[in-house]
Amino acid sequence: MAFQAKELYQYKESVRYASVSNRVAKVLKKNWQLYLYMLLPMLYLIIFAYGPMFGIVIAFKDFSPQHGIWGSKWVGLKNFNEFLNSYQFIQVLKNTLLISVYSLFVSFPIPIILALIINVIRNETFKKATQMIVYIPHFISTVVLVGMIHQIFNPIIGLYGNLYTRITGKAAFDIMTKPETFLHMYVWSGVWQNMGWNSIIYIAALSSVSNELHEAAQIDGASRFKRILHIDLPSILPTAVTLLILNCGHIMSVGFEKVFLMQNPLNLKYSEVISTYVYKIGIASGGGDFSYSTAIGLFNSVINFILILTVNAISKKISETSLW
Amino acid sequence: MKEDRLFYCIVDVIVCLILIIILYPLIFIVSSSFSSTEAVISGRVLLFPVDFSLEGYKAVFKTNDVLIGYRNSLFYTVVGTFINVSMTMMAAYPLSRKDMEGRNLLMMIFAFTMIFNGGMIPTYMLIRSLKMLNTPWALLIPGAISVYNLIITRTYIQTSIPGELLEASKIDGCSDSKYLLKIVLPLSKPVIAVITLYYAIGHWNAYFNAFLYITNEKLFPLQLVLRNILLANQIDGSMVTDPELLRVKQGLADLLRYSLIVVSSVPVLIIYPFIQKHFVKGVMIGSIKG
Repeated sequence: MAFQAKELYQYKESVRYASVSNRVAKVLKKNWQLYLYMLLPMLYLIIFAYGPMFGIVIAFKDFSPQHGIWGSKWVGLKNFNEFLNSYQFIQVLKNTLLISVYSLFVSFPIPIILALIINVIRNETFKKATQMIVYIPHFISTVVLVGMIHQIFNPIIGLYGNLYTRITGKAAFDIMTKPETFLHMYVWSGVWQNMGWNSIIYIAALSSVSNELHEAAQIDGASRFKRILHIDLPSILPTAVTLLILNCGHIMSVGFEKVFLMQNPLNLKYSEVISTYVYKIGIASGGGDFSYSTAIGLFNSVINFILILTVNAISKKISETSLW
Repeated sequence: MKEDRLFYCIVDVIVCLILIIILYPLIFIVSSSFSSTEAVISGRVLLFPVDFSLEGYKAVFKTNDVLIGYRNSLFYTVVGTFINVSMTMMAAYPLSRKDMEGRNLLMMIFAFTMIFNGGMIPTYMLIRSLKMLNTPWALLIPGAISVYNLIITRTYIQTSIPGELLEASKIDGCSDSKYLLKIVLPLSKPVIAVITLYYAIGHWNAYFNAFLYITNEKLFPLQLVLRNILLANQIDGSMVTDPELLRVKQGLADLLRYSLIVVSSVPVLIIYPFIQKHFVKGVMIGSIKG
């Protein structure tokens, strides 16, 4: 009897196996061209997006070039402990949070206000022209933007220096050497560059508000300002809430490019953030400490990851919109 | 209403103020670049060019690094964008097909890289071990697909090309490839325009990858050359003993910077008015959930 049961099992298994492979064969036969197209993109993704994720193991090792990634010694959480206990930890964490919270507070509401204002403009041509102009700075490269800041705020030959001397008759103070200036420059140049671009989504939401609402309110004697408060603003509120929540997910990720370009030895007290610190430890110092810097980067990525998942869950609950 | 008339006036004034804030720095830079050295260092340029001159531009085009950078950036932008768009289409088309098995899983594999990545150092080590350091490949291949653009493209194909078209083509014996070439590509021209522009501007403005992976000056893209000239320290004063000569040199260096800013931004700003609506469309498609 036992023999029979085994036979039966083997038979069943072979049928199941055949059906699975049959199914795969059928799917492949039907859509093989689609999978062929995916081949190159997948290869790219595996090597260049997932490849580095395997490199993360060196955060738990003491990487040495002679032994390679796999041959190096495991050290567990030593690198993380070292970072958390180093005096730079508090500094870079504080700077990262300060920059992003300040940015969020300023650059979140301004595009909303801008969109509301642009929406009020009655002359279509003027409205179109305004939109076109406020988008321009978005296309200026980071290098050029920072170069412009340097030229304009130069205390001797820049616009700031000239005007200051013209008005007060005294030589201008070099504001770029003040560490606090970095924060304001970083945030407000960002506002200048992106307020127009970030208002697009709100302008679109506003243009879908039905005219009947406005007409009805006008009949009831509501002024244009009142209509902004009671019709326009509520209509973009869902978009705004979603964007705000999602922005909070990026609070620990301050990009490298602009901060690095704006750094100078005098403002490091405010301008050293996690990403620039990783660069300095890992690459800039020649034979850098790959393990230690990878650990710092991983620490940051993991926090980002958790933040994004959390805010996404919150967003899903509150506004029923999420990234996925 | 009377109250409203006042309100509209206030709004117009505010809009004008905003336009001034946006435009003034740009106008100032352009005007400075067309002024003479003397006018720039003595601070006489406020709105329009003073003592119109092309000295700055002459200096720019005599700087060899800038010319090399310009040529390199053109190359990286054209070739890089071609790779980007082809790869993105190759992934977006299958992922838009609802009848493809496993498409959700594949999409998740792509989307995951948006919220988690290996980070700067492991990526650097990968590029190094692939022997891509100091080769143009380091600027062309990493970042070949932006998942954001992939989602835009996929969403567009999915929502704007009706599924009946596929069924009808299938009945007529059209293969998946033929369908892509004859139907999907022509119908997705608007979204291809959008992602081409996104990628191209991205390449033109990028400096980060080149900064990390390229040390050979012959391969520098324009932005890296710009960084070295715009943000490097002022010229070494100890080399020039005559203060008047130093002032002139400093002034020329400054003028050169203004002209350089203009020259490097011109390609993007010239095509900008024609492509503005495409960009805006991209933001709109992107905001629809895929």
